[in-house]
Amino acid sequence: MRECLITTKGLSREEIVEVLDHAEKIEKDPASYYGSQSGKIIGLLFYEPSTRTRMSFETAIKRLGGDTISMGSVENSSVVKGETLADTIRVVAGYVDAIVLRHPKEGAARMASEFIDIPLINAGDGAGQHPTQTLLDLYTIRKSAKLDGLNIGVMGDLKYGRTVHSLAHSITKFDSQLNFISPEGLQLPDNVKYDLERSGAEIYEHTDLDEILDTLDILYVTRIQRERFPDEEEYQKVSGKYRISKKTLENAPKHLKIMHPLPRVDEISPEIDRTEHAIYIEQAHNGLVVRMALLDLMLKS
Amino acid sequence: MTDKELHINKIENGTVIDHIKAGQGLNVLSLLGIEGSDGESVSVIMNFGSSTVGSKDIVKVQNRELSQDELDVLSLISPNVTINIISDYEVSSKHRVQRPEYVVGVLNCPNRNCITNGKEPIDSKFDVKDEVIGCEYCGTHIEDVTQHLA
Repeated sequence: MRECLITTKGLSREEIVEVLDHAEKIEKDPASYYGSQSGKIIGLLFYEPSTRTRMSFETAIKRLGGDTISMGSVENSSVVKGETLADTIRVVAGYVDAIVLRHPKEGAARMASEFIDIPLINAGDGAGQHPTQTLLDLYTIRKSAKLDGLNIGVMGDLKYGRTVHSLAHSITKFDSQLNFISPEGLQLPDNVKYDLERSGAEIYEHTDLDEILDTLDILYVTRIQRERFPDEEEYQKVSGKYRISKKTLENAPKHLKIMHPLPRVDEISPEIDRTEHAIYIEQAHNGLVVRMALLDLMLKS
Repeated sequence: MTDKELHINKIENGTVIDHIKAGQGLNVLSLLGIEGSDGESVSVIMNFGSSTVGSKDIVKVQNRELSQDELDVLSLISPNVTINIISDYEVSSKHRVQRPEYVVGVLNCPNRNCITNGKEPIDSKFDVKDEVIGCEYCGTHIEDVTQHLA
């Protein structure tokens, strides 16, 4: 396993499968991995608030027998004194066996990794990459179907959604088709589209879910954020079109699975939760075994 | 002395950058980080008539031999420039520029939220291997490099 996980772009299909396979083994027999990283300490550097990513990393290393230290909130740390990330990361690297970093600026993880020689995991950098979310998404997709030969729809705010960009990049490594469904103005950015096309992906863009719903195996829903719109009325009008309810799914294939990185606001109606389609809670749970797998592999090497 | 003689005055030692795409002379200086504050004598000739490329710009830098790495950066804005290294009024060597794989500290990332646009102790780095120029840190693409010279 490589030393650092910065982006999914650089991960090969084999490397992705290695993590997913390891996660599968851990899920089948978690007890045999308890204590496998006993004595190891992970530094959690979260410059931005996070609930599930942070908690699942913390749980993951503790399940493996290790522990965490963290700098606490940014307001109470050396960051307010104006310390650079480059300095903070070098200091912390001297205390711990690996670092998990979330930072509001794009490219922060890549830069941080250049300053240290212990493993670093990017837990989200601004609107950039969030590779562990992608790995757990891929794990979830593989568990509910497989990874090749699927028709995958990705819907919502595709312009700013970092989970979407990361996911799209790695799906291109498998033989699945990608459909992007978003309102005008929130489509996939050109640079992301360019990179995807260059890696051989065929991209289909739609503004209306109904155009392709009956062909989909997986529908990945993301939130459309209020702040992207100039006024409330416009937001309501647009976001309403991209909300999933039982009615929206009338023509959906029975086997269609709906995913969401969470937290959701109202883009998936709670009435969907009890249907066979919903796998988003399980998806969040998968974050734990995937992060256990990743830490286990990285700390071993 | 006629105007023409004034334009093509020879330099004793230094670098002459010839066949610059017309209008890019000042950007060449900017790319090379030559501001004139180091005391070197610099001439910029713009929109000069040339039989081979029509109109062109020429930059002459006295007493400074620019390295190939420094000069290769020019390929981003004017791939056909020719470099003449001058010593004792004669051309001692002639080079062309080659497009590098990466340029470091030459361009600014247009993404204001990129880690390179802040107080961190790092230079910008762009992958310039392909037509499309992308930030190594945040992936943002640059269309027109002259708009983003550092």
